[in-house]
Amino acid sequence: MRRAALTTYFLPRDLHPAAWWAWTLGLAVAASRTTNPWLLLTILAVVCHVVVARRPDAPWAAAFRIYLWLGAVIVAFRVGFRFVFGGAEGQTILVRLPEIPLPAWAAGIRLFGAVSAESLLGGLYDGLRLATMVICLGAANALANPKRLLKALPPALYEVGTAVIVALSVFPQLAESVQRVARARRLRGGASGGRGRRRRVRVLRAVIVPVLEDALDRSLKLAASMDARGYGRSGAASPGARFVTGSLMITGLIGVCVGVYATLDGSTPRFLATPVLVAGLLVALAGFRLAGRRVRRSRYRPDRWRLPELVVAASGVGVAVVLFATSSVDPTNLNPSLTHLSWPLLSWPPLLGVLLGVLPAFLSPPPEHPYGAVPAAAEKVAA
Amino acid sequence: MIEFDRVTFRYHDRPDPVLADVSLTVGEGELVLVAGRTGAGKSTLLGAVNGLVPHFTGGHLGGTVAVAGVATHTRPPREFAHLAGVVGQDPLAGFVTDTVEEELAYGMEQLGLAPQVMRRRVEETLDLLGIADLRRRALRTLSGGQQQRAAIGSVLTTHPRVLVLDEPTSALDPTAAEDVLATLARLVHDLGATVLLAEHRMERVVPFADRMLYLPGDGSVVDGTPAEVLRGTPVAPPIVELGRLAGWEPLPLSVRDARRRAGPLRAALGPPPARPDAPAAAPVLRAEGIVVRYGPTVAVRGVDLDLHGGRTLAMMGRNGSGKSSLLWALQGSGPRQGGAVRVDGRDPGDLGAGAARALVGLVPQSAADLLYLETVAAECAAADHESAAAPGTCRTLLDRLAPGIDGDRHPRDLSEGQRLSLVLAVQLTAAPPVVLLDEPTRGLDYTAKAALAGIVGTLAGEGRAVVIATHDVEFVATVADRVVVLAEGEIVSDGRAADVLGGSPAFAPQVAKVLGEPWLTVADVRAALPEAVR
Repeated sequence: MRRAALTTYFLPRDLHPAAWWAWTLGLAVAASRTTNPWLLLTILAVVCHVVVARRPDAPWAAAFRIYLWLGAVIVAFRVGFRFVFGGAEGQTILVRLPEIPLPAWAAGIRLFGAVSAESLLGGLYDGLRLATMVICLGAANALANPKRLLKALPPALYEVGTAVIVALSVFPQLAESVQRVARARRLRGGASGGRGRRRRVRVLRAVIVPVLEDALDRSLKLAASMDARGYGRSGAASPGARFVTGSLMITGLIGVCVGVYATLDGSTPRFLATPVLVAGLLVALAGFRLAGRRVRRSRYRPDRWRLPELVVAASGVGVAVVLFATSSVDPTNLNPSLTHLSWPLLSWPPLLGVLLGVLPAFLSPPPEHPYGAVPAAAEKVAA
Repeated sequence: MIEFDRVTFRYHDRPDPVLADVSLTVGEGELVLVAGRTGAGKSTLLGAVNGLVPHFTGGHLGGTVAVAGVATHTRPPREFAHLAGVVGQDPLAGFVTDTVEEELAYGMEQLGLAPQVMRRRVEETLDLLGIADLRRRALRTLSGGQQQRAAIGSVLTTHPRVLVLDEPTSALDPTAAEDVLATLARLVHDLGATVLLAEHRMERVVPFADRMLYLPGDGSVVDGTPAEVLRGTPVAPPIVELGRLAGWEPLPLSVRDARRRAGPLRAALGPPPARPDAPAAAPVLRAEGIVVRYGPTVAVRGVDLDLHGGRTLAMMGRNGSGKSSLLWALQGSGPRQGGAVRVDGRDPGDLGAGAARALVGLVPQSAADLLYLETVAAECAAADHESAAAPGTCRTLLDRLAPGIDGDRHPRDLSEGQRLSLVLAVQLTAAPPVVLLDEPTRGLDYTAKAALAGIVGTLAGEGRAVVIATHDVEFVATVADRVVVLAEGEIVSDGRAADVLGGSPAFAPQVAKVLGEPWLTVADVRAALPEAVR
């Protein structure tokens, strides 16, 4: 019995995208709490391990490598800036570059000059923290299909979600028609024609006009097809009901705006801050709820929130909670001192906390193959 | 199931109605073929069924159109999603989601069906259309035939009472078209679906159509069984024309019917037509060892080809067999990794774009990409300027190819055939000795194809070498002297049209299937008939 439950638990399937987002955001929040390079590198190792173990074999998952490169660039920039704009804070001067004198109006900015180990280290820690957070976001994109996340939007936002999905699929098509038209232009002699500016305008026009005509044609056809297939069937909503939901949503959103402004600006009366914010949120949510109930639309194979989703989300949130808790207990090791140069130390509680984040690599079901059954696997069974 | 009651439709800016006082009823389980020239109102008739005409297109519709008792003027098209499933010409343009499975579910999601029902219907439809192995594939990566089947599946899942298809195979190669039409035949025979279908390739649908609506273009509709209607139409599939020529009654609609009656005709025929042999003259274009590759995929694998002046060569082969890549490589604008092309002692690939098009002119598959100005006259003037020809050269050419096109019209408002003529005139302005046409028959009706065949004959008559890449067997049979078949980037057969086409089960035109190898077209048969029978 228990064994059967375990087998079901580990059947390959794609987790709810929100679970992966909760996990990565937890790790990103944890990274924002510390500059300890050992902890940050552990977080990176955890993220990379889980991504390698659980990313699907799909095009969007391949983008994770780009985020790793972006992280490396961020660190290099942070450290490089300390060389260029001077980093002389601290006693241990590593090199003295010739300083470039700047005019008086640029007082406060220094170009080159002495560079201290402390400031370089500061740049490295800082850059590493930012890079870790960016890579965490990349991991979310690799693990969860971004389009499925749009599909999981509440019913009231369904139409907006569809519009975004359609817009996203337009870009590859546009690129394709630009290529095709540019190629076709060569057939008409391409480079010949007028000279200078006039020629450039002609060239631009020869490419843009057919591409735009093509795009317009496509969108009209798409609109006709969506209409014919029932997009935007309103069902039976009375004008009165529409008015109520509309005004609920707008009032709510205005309340939220006022609340946020008051919270950030200390000089406004306090009763405008938290109370208005909360009330606005509640009213807006009620509006969404009503609008959603009006929608008579169903969802094909929606992502469900089951036990593995809970485990994944909890492990991410757990990491964040542990780092928040330890920062009040043991702040020095989370943010190593930059005034006295020393090896950053690592204590057990935060390290174990970060290691919680690796659980999804073992406790979540593997992803499904994006293109159905893998032919090679089927053949193996047959043989 | 579908009722048209005294329907008249006109666009606001045109005086003549597209449909005039049309009344007809389509019963349950009927397959109705809608035929007629481009612009005769086929799409209008089909669009009126679910209200896209006039709700989406504008214009004025008089009378009533009703599906399953619901009149289209009472509700917008989206409220007909569960009654009429509409499939267009270009499946890719109508897809909303990006995988097959989600696309099948989309219509049902809009109707708010229960999840278990949706799940069951998606599985059933995947099996019905034979696309179960494609369920998770991205729609963009499918072949044309697979895309069209997915599009049909996506409207079938809502269990519509009628299925409306507007030229579903006009953008497909013959194998893919065969796939789609076989699927439709199965839906009609096994499920008794009510289908309204517009189709250029009548010959493929006529055998299983119950009824035919022919739109002559004056707003009226000729309604009857295919055999009755086809007796009087000006355009007909070759098999019907052969039947008319031989005086068969009733007219045969399938190769099988015709073949069983062909004995006496075959005996009455004189010797088969003599076709010109390969010329002794030196080739105009000589290509050796052409290689085209895109990364790891090889599109053209070391092809040698000679083109002779005054001859027409047809290039055939399935989609992706390297036809287009070879044409672009010969012209010099496309990529070419190996081999040499010689025209007039020069290689167009080494020359600038302007000099290359004076040697080899190419009309690409989407010919409209070459046009970017607002009027036909402006396009012609630009063409004269581009090829440094005397002003008026392009316009003269255009008038020879397609007389009577108003210079003030926008190129986009021209019919498919007229636009093709305009692009061809633009390319001919540079006076190239070699003319390459990539899929010129796409979207052309029988009349436009006959006009194109005339144009190709003229070009060859002027001593140019013409190459046509196409899937259209009947067109090849009328125009080509020589046929080359490509597969996987290699030439697999090359010879006289009668030899290559006649002997192949895939490429044989209908007349050859009925009468045997040397007979390719109805014109051949007519020429060989003794006076008395004629």
